[in-house]
Amino acid sequence: MRFSDTEQLLERKAAPLGNAARIMRRLNIDGKLLGGLLLICGLGLVVLFSAVGEDMDLWLQQCIRLSVAIVGMFVVAQLPPDVLRRWTPWGYGAGLVLLILVLAFGEVGQGAKRWLDLGIRFQPSEIMKLAVPMMAAWYLHDRQLPPKAGHMLIIAVLVIAPTALIAMQPDLGTALLIATAGFLVLVLAGMSFWLMAVLGLMSVPGAMVLWNYFMQDYQKQRVLTLLNPDSDPLGAGYNIIQSKIAIGSGGLFGKGWTNGSQAQLEFLPERQTDFIFAVMGEELGLLGVLSLLGLYLFVVGRGLYIAIQAPDTYARLLAGSISLTFLVYVLVNTAMVTGIVPVVGIPLPLVSFGGTSMVTLMAGFGILMSIHTHRKLLPH
Amino acid sequence: MSRAAETKQQTTRRFAGRVAIVLTFFVLAASSLVARAVYLQVLDKDFLNRQADTRHLHTEKISAHRGSITDRNGEPLAISTPVDSVWANPKELASAVDSVPKLAAALNLDSPLLMRRITRSMDKQFLYLKRHLRPDEAHRVMALKLPGVNVLREYRRYYPAGEVAGHLIGFTSVDDDGQEGLELAFNHWLGGESGAKRVLKDRLGRPVENVESIRPPRHGKDLAASIDLRLQYLAYRTLKAAIQQHHADSGSIVVLDVLTGEVLAMVNQPTYNPNDRAQFSAERYRNRAITDIFEPGSSIKPLILAAALESGRYRPSSTVDTTPGYIMVGPKKIEDHRNLGRISLTTVLSRSSNVGASKIAMSLEPDQLWRTMKSFGLGSLTSSGFPGESAGLLTHYSHWQPISRATLAYGYGVSVTPLQLTQAFAALGSDGWLRPVSLVKLDQPNVGERIISDDTAKAIRRMMEEVVRPGGTGTKASVTGYRVAGKTGTSWKFAAGGYSEDKYVSVFAGLAPASNPRLAIVVVIDEPGGDLYYGSDVAAPVFADVMAESLRLLAVPPDALPALDSGSVMQAMSQ
Repeated sequence: MRFSDTEQLLERKAAPLGNAARIMRRLNIDGKLLGGLLLICGLGLVVLFSAVGEDMDLWLQQCIRLSVAIVGMFVVAQLPPDVLRRWTPWGYGAGLVLLILVLAFGEVGQGAKRWLDLGIRFQPSEIMKLAVPMMAAWYLHDRQLPPKAGHMLIIAVLVIAPTALIAMQPDLGTALLIATAGFLVLVLAGMSFWLMAVLGLMSVPGAMVLWNYFMQDYQKQRVLTLLNPDSDPLGAGYNIIQSKIAIGSGGLFGKGWTNGSQAQLEFLPERQTDFIFAVMGEELGLLGVLSLLGLYLFVVGRGLYIAIQAPDTYARLLAGSISLTFLVYVLVNTAMVTGIVPVVGIPLPLVSFGGTSMVTLMAGFGILMSIHTHRKLLPH
Repeated sequence: MSRAAETKQQTTRRFAGRVAIVLTFFVLAASSLVARAVYLQVLDKDFLNRQADTRHLHTEKISAHRGSITDRNGEPLAISTPVDSVWANPKELASAVDSVPKLAAALNLDSPLLMRRITRSMDKQFLYLKRHLRPDEAHRVMALKLPGVNVLREYRRYYPAGEVAGHLIGFTSVDDDGQEGLELAFNHWLGGESGAKRVLKDRLGRPVENVESIRPPRHGKDLAASIDLRLQYLAYRTLKAAIQQHHADSGSIVVLDVLTGEVLAMVNQPTYNPNDRAQFSAERYRNRAITDIFEPGSSIKPLILAAALESGRYRPSSTVDTTPGYIMVGPKKIEDHRNLGRISLTTVLSRSSNVGASKIAMSLEPDQLWRTMKSFGLGSLTSSGFPGESAGLLTHYSHWQPISRATLAYGYGVSVTPLQLTQAFAALGSDGWLRPVSLVKLDQPNVGERIISDDTAKAIRRMMEEVVRPGGTGTKASVTGYRVAGKTGTSWKFAAGGYSEDKYVSVFAGLAPASNPRLAIVVVIDEPGGDLYYGSDVAAPVFADVMAESLRLLAVPPDALPALDSGSVMQAMSQ
């Protein structure tokens, strides 16, 4: 009995249990993944309502964004993985062109060129969050795994090119996340652990190069601040100190929804966006924090399950990379807010106020659903 | 099992293994995160909670309302109105440096100057930007919503009577503490005790919620001063006119209620407006009627004669020989204007004979003379409690030279304050009772102590009436419709090196109605600059003006109506 057959039998048996499941299957929707995502979004909206100071307009705005992103996810889920794979090089190429255009003509906002206005305003780096792992997976699809050194080198080029372009905007946070997404494809493809160890060692001089040639003063300041936040409590260290106080003072059960003094009295900076996790920690306590982390882990777990079940290399690597990158987002944001890593402008996925990254994330989950629901039910 | 399927299964297994390894790595990372959350939220909770509280909870002062001062009829003399003081935490304000010009404009301050003040106080947490703004002005500043800028409710003192009662009332500091006058003397009574409350504040220091009241403010109590604003204004106006007319340096008037010892009016020139801090100089805000001493000159003679009658050696009908118009005491010659011959005690007063007074004084025992002077309050602080009061100067008789008694008799070698002299005269008016003076309205008149006999007091009053009658030195002090008893005084001022030849103090002290005195008034004009300098010419008319109008304002029945015989007036008054 083949592995996939077993599951198919189980699924067939399960099917009569409800029409809902059949309809979901027909619509290319994965129920468990959708459930997990909706719970995160729901909890996120609850926290956000408090974080925006109970401003109904802002809150509804976020609800609409979320709805658009979910619809986008459903649309992407309808595209079969084979189609996505064929489109991959074109999407990647287009993304590269747009990144170059941004550097040439982009709109400046907060000291960085990140936005491009082509009828609609958007950040081309968002495309690359999906296009880079897709491209890496596309390249390895027909090749033997684990990849040979030459193949890995080519993938390294494919990943580093957009990463460098984004780092020049400058948007170091996104650049590192995209590099991570590409790197994760290689790891999942079977890159040897020896090589990883070597890369790890090389990252030390790499970090020095980053520090000396790529990082802006404000970014260096953030790193220094992490090491000693009390050196400038009203300046650079302000965010992280207020955030730690917010989370810590929440305790086990929190101060109660909309009752967080740090958040509601505006001591907490960026409380609707990057630091919303601190609002949650203050108002809902350790219990709320663990619940959210649990939900995130469930979604990631489901994503990895889908990856393991995926029928081909492309789908497998892509699904794995998307799931793990999502987890990286969560961990980097929460680690930043709790003061473990320096402040990088990465929002808490699906919870922070803001739309651009949400659409990309949901599109990624759409791909996962597509991969899972487009498997051939009857293998030869 | 086909080879392809086997390969696929192997691939899947290998991939699952990879995923497991990577996932393990990530779960470790997530665990460290959870550990961090537990550390912050469970182990470090109390510390961070306190940190949160110190950021949000502030203890704020609640200013207490200072009690108001009114005159004896409830007319306001000092009142507190709410004002807002704008302060800033310079460190927090520093984050909005760009807004400083806007802030300066709203505060009506010079922008670079304000900027410098803020930067200079960067190490402080509290800096007054501007104090005592009108609430609407403060509101405009707060509307800018600048970080670290706050408002503190305070009270500012206003003095409706302005310079009319300035000396007596005094003033407060910007912190609402009494600095001078009654404001200082009764600071504890008037001043409240500020309370404290705990408030919840947001990042910009804006109060969000009052959490609890730690201590309610204890508001100050009101004070009714003894003065009657009508008499006060009358005295102020009359004195000011006299000072200008005679080009005098300074002057004081004290009006005392003989029946109770309350000060009904107390004015000085020069004066100041307590509402205008630019006028605050000791020269101007000194309450000379209480703090400054002068040699009373002849105005002390009624007290000398009272001592003489009390000694038993003299009776009202006694006479004293002043021939030849002077006497020598050691090397010093004491003289009258002309030789008056043998004269009655009444004439000693009415013609103000230095020779007569000196002879009488020298015939008295020093200790008895001293004790009588002392009992009139000379050389002792009055009970006014006024800050900076002077006790005057009365040398103990054991230190007296032979000449001392002689000069004392016409008011040299002894110094009094205008208030002391008024108090002493009031004792003559109240038939021998020295009543403690009071600057505060009394519910019960002070009984005081008897210092001379009823007969002595009445006899001296009768003698003093002759001073004001035709032939006396104080005719300009007479008041139509009332019998006035009083005494003039003119003394050379003691300056460096001896008595000055052209600087005088011109005094008139008196009582009315003489038959049953109600008011004791002393007028002191210092260094009149014109041709006139005698008490009889300078101070007496001022006395008459103030006394006449005061008696009318207080509806004191006249005791010298020509149409009525005095008997029926006395009868009417005794009812």
